Amino acid sequence: MSAEPLKAVSPKVEPVKAEPVKAEPLVDVRDLVVDFPVGDGHVRAVDGVGFTLEAGQALGIVGESGSGKSTVAYGLLGLHRGTGARIGGSVRVAGVDAVTAEGTELRRLRGGLAAMVFQDPLSALDPYYAVGDQIAEVVRVHRAVSRRAARERAVEVLDRVGIPDAARRSRSRPHEFSGGMRQRVLIAMALACEPRLLVADEPTTALDVTVQAQILDLLHELRAETGAGLVLVTHDLGVVAGSVDRVLVMKDGRAVEHGPVTQVLGAPREPYTRALLSAVPRVDAPGAPDVRDVQDVQDVQGAPAASSGGEVLLEATDLRREFATRGGLTRRAAPVTAVDGVSLTVRAGETLGIVGESGSGKTTLGRMLVRLLEPTGGRLHYRGRDIGALGEKELRPLRRELQMVFQDPVSSLNPRRSIGESVADPLRIAGEGDERRIRARVGELLERVGLDPDWYHRYPHEFSGGQRQRVGIARALAPQPRLIVCDEPVSALDVTTQAQVVELLGELQRDLGLALVFIAHDLAVVRQVSDRVAVMRAGRIVEQGDADTVYDAPRHAYTKGLLAAVPVLDPAEATARRHARLASATA
Amino acid sequence: MTRFLVRKAVGMLGVLLALSLIVYAVFYIAPGDPAQLACGEKCSPAQVAQVRERLGLDAPVYLQYAHFLQGIVAGRDFSAGTGLLHCPAPCLGVSYRSGEQVTDMITARLPVTASLALGAMVLWLILGVGTGLLSALRRGRLSERLLTGLTLAGSSVPVFVIGLVLLIVLCAQFQWLPFPTYVPLTEDPQQWFWGLLLPWISLALIESAKYARLTRSSMLETLADDHIRTFRAYGVSERRLVTRHALRGALTPVIALTAIDLGTMFGSAVLTESLFGLPGLGKLLVTSVGLIDLPTVVGLTLVTGFCVVLANVIADVLYAVADRRVVLT
Repeated sequence: MSAEPLKAVSPKVEPVKAEPVKAEPLVDVRDLVVDFPVGDGHVRAVDGVGFTLEAGQALGIVGESGSGKSTVAYGLLGLHRGTGARIGGSVRVAGVDAVTAEGTELRRLRGGLAAMVFQDPLSALDPYYAVGDQIAEVVRVHRAVSRRAARERAVEVLDRVGIPDAARRSRSRPHEFSGGMRQRVLIAMALACEPRLLVADEPTTALDVTVQAQILDLLHELRAETGAGLVLVTHDLGVVAGSVDRVLVMKDGRAVEHGPVTQVLGAPREPYTRALLSAVPRVDAPGAPDVRDVQDVQDVQGAPAASSGGEVLLEATDLRREFATRGGLTRRAAPVTAVDGVSLTVRAGETLGIVGESGSGKTTLGRMLVRLLEPTGGRLHYRGRDIGALGEKELRPLRRELQMVFQDPVSSLNPRRSIGESVADPLRIAGEGDERRIRARVGELLERVGLDPDWYHRYPHEFSGGQRQRVGIARALAPQPRLIVCDEPVSALDVTTQAQVVELLGELQRDLGLALVFIAHDLAVVRQVSDRVAVMRAGRIVEQGDADTVYDAPRHAYTKGLLAAVPVLDPAEATARRHARLASATA
Repeated sequence: MTRFLVRKAVGMLGVLLALSLIVYAVFYIAPGDPAQLACGEKCSPAQVAQVRERLGLDAPVYLQYAHFLQGIVAGRDFSAGTGLLHCPAPCLGVSYRSGEQVTDMITARLPVTASLALGAMVLWLILGVGTGLLSALRRGRLSERLLTGLTLAGSSVPVFVIGLVLLIVLCAQFQWLPFPTYVPLTEDPQQWFWGLLLPWISLALIESAKYARLTRSSMLETLADDHIRTFRAYGVSERRLVTRHALRGALTPVIALTAIDLGTMFGSAVLTESLFGLPGLGKLLVTSVGLIDLPTVVGLTLVTGFCVVLANVIADVLYAVADRRVVLT
């Protein structure tokens, strides 16, 4: 095992040894080992990782959750100091030893020489202060300038990252910005002291695909402009394709593969990299030959789609939903329209994909389809019966047939009940009283979704994200539904787990003849699973049709824009698309 | 904001009405004849009847209650033997026992309880929040352990034990502090301070452990927040991380708890007041309940209830001031 990281590291280390005269690289990491304290012992998060980065170059660190990629990034700024973690090896950034530097030198490194762009932009900023003040504070840590000068610098960098009306907006607090704008603020903070290295930890994970493209373009542009180095940490191989020169693939704390981006993504040497690449859903080619698992699903779904004569289960006509909002002192605020006249049908045995960016109303629509929410307008027919305005009592017999799988497999299971009990709930509600029959049925269901039936008494925290989502699916299957609405069922999962869960859903549909409504923001995943696709924007469906038609020949400008923003795995193609985006932006 | 205050004011009225109704009801169900008690044991039945009429106790209950409400809004008159006694609004009635106006009795004692509660609050905040911060930031040091031990010991012993021990040790034995007395602040600030110091310390010791715990957990939670990590990664010093970025968030729950405790303190400082012989509201309440002095008890209930509700509103407002994301509606 230990041969692997060495193999990946050695080509970069040797030139440094061979030419000691050469200037020190911007980043020089050798044999980095990070152990975190756990109980009495330690767990190794990073195991012998090494790489170098020259000024102006970009390195992508990719891997699934738990691979240690963020731990490496934090190590570059010495952020493991004082946490109880044990650090081995050496980390040199812009001439500062991040492992041993103390006091002033360490603080100069942090923000002055190297700056971190954090993920989850809502919680990464102090909620109590204006963003301009927060950036000014960072400026004053590193530069002996007046409060006013620091504030001016803050406005300058906010303007640089594309915050409109930066002087005024610098006085706003983080919660007054959208997610994409907050991410820009965090990038502005990183730029404030003109660092020589930017470390971006999943900078686009929480963002919509079009915003993601904008942020990646911005980072690219800034790097070209300032000549700073970039370390981009992400789980998304598509994100690195167009944004970095070299890629380091990590798994279980080790560097599995390291090389130029074209080679790692185009001709990967290691089986793990190949597996990772093949699990990535592709928006451009649904049945790509290397995606073995996915292809099975496609074949499966080809059958019902071809017959296309399934019974119409659900029919929505001009469906609407408004939410009342809190008004001001004197005026009553206008209600917010989340879903604004949506019409669609779902047939037995088919999968309808619904894609849209955050705030497009797709979740509200999904909840109305299973009547977790009551529509405020329009009609909803289930097997010919109008269920849009039914009361809770009349709905009860139908609840069994309309089920939902939720996005967050952590919070949608009760942490204090065993998974078996959670799956048994719908059976008990349906009136099943025989404990033996319940046990047998739950066992069957767990087995059906690929879990061990003997795990009845285990609790959610003992399972991984993918397994928990399987429990959620088993629970939805328990009452033998005809239709399941899956709301972002795989967006919290790693790409390989994602592929497995998607495969399971396809399999279940084939075996049980289920109708699925698959809601997601990820266009590629939706293409993978769907027979038909509806694209939502601002509460309306802008385009609807056969999946291949919508993806290959989109008619609506919004759909085209979305598809153009999807990261692609081919670096050359990614670069071409970036140029196209920039050209259309300046035009 | 205005809407919030109006809504709260209406809610407060409702709470106070309900409170007064409950107290009225309890007194009418409870045994004992207030007229007999007011008149004294030696009264003849005729004299008792006279007293009953004079106090208005012969009227139906709902009418008595209506008169009571009218007194609060507009004031009312009582027949006092020969002449009329005018009780201006807000009139909470006249004591059955002493014939004094309840409003006067309460306003005379309010400064005592207010001094006690506010002073104790200052002390318990210093001790409790200080200990909490220390234990969050300097875990395991001797000073932290000592303070945590002190606050824990303080809160696990009833006030009359702590108070008595302090009284014996500090006042009687070593004579470091004067025996507790109440001298109005307006009369002699220095004597006011020294006279109340011991009761303050006793109360603060009891309350501070709660605050230490809350401050500690809230501080540790805030320090684990992502935005603290952000500023640490930008070279902001640990001291500044705490004072500028963590303290504000960590102390918001403390504000809320303080306001509620302070409000409660107005009605429940009974033991402390009795122990140290301070003529406050709590002591008056205990005496009046024993004497079935309905007007005084109802008046006190309303005033202390008002303090609790008001404190909660203040807590809400302070919360919104501390955290601008909170919108009051």
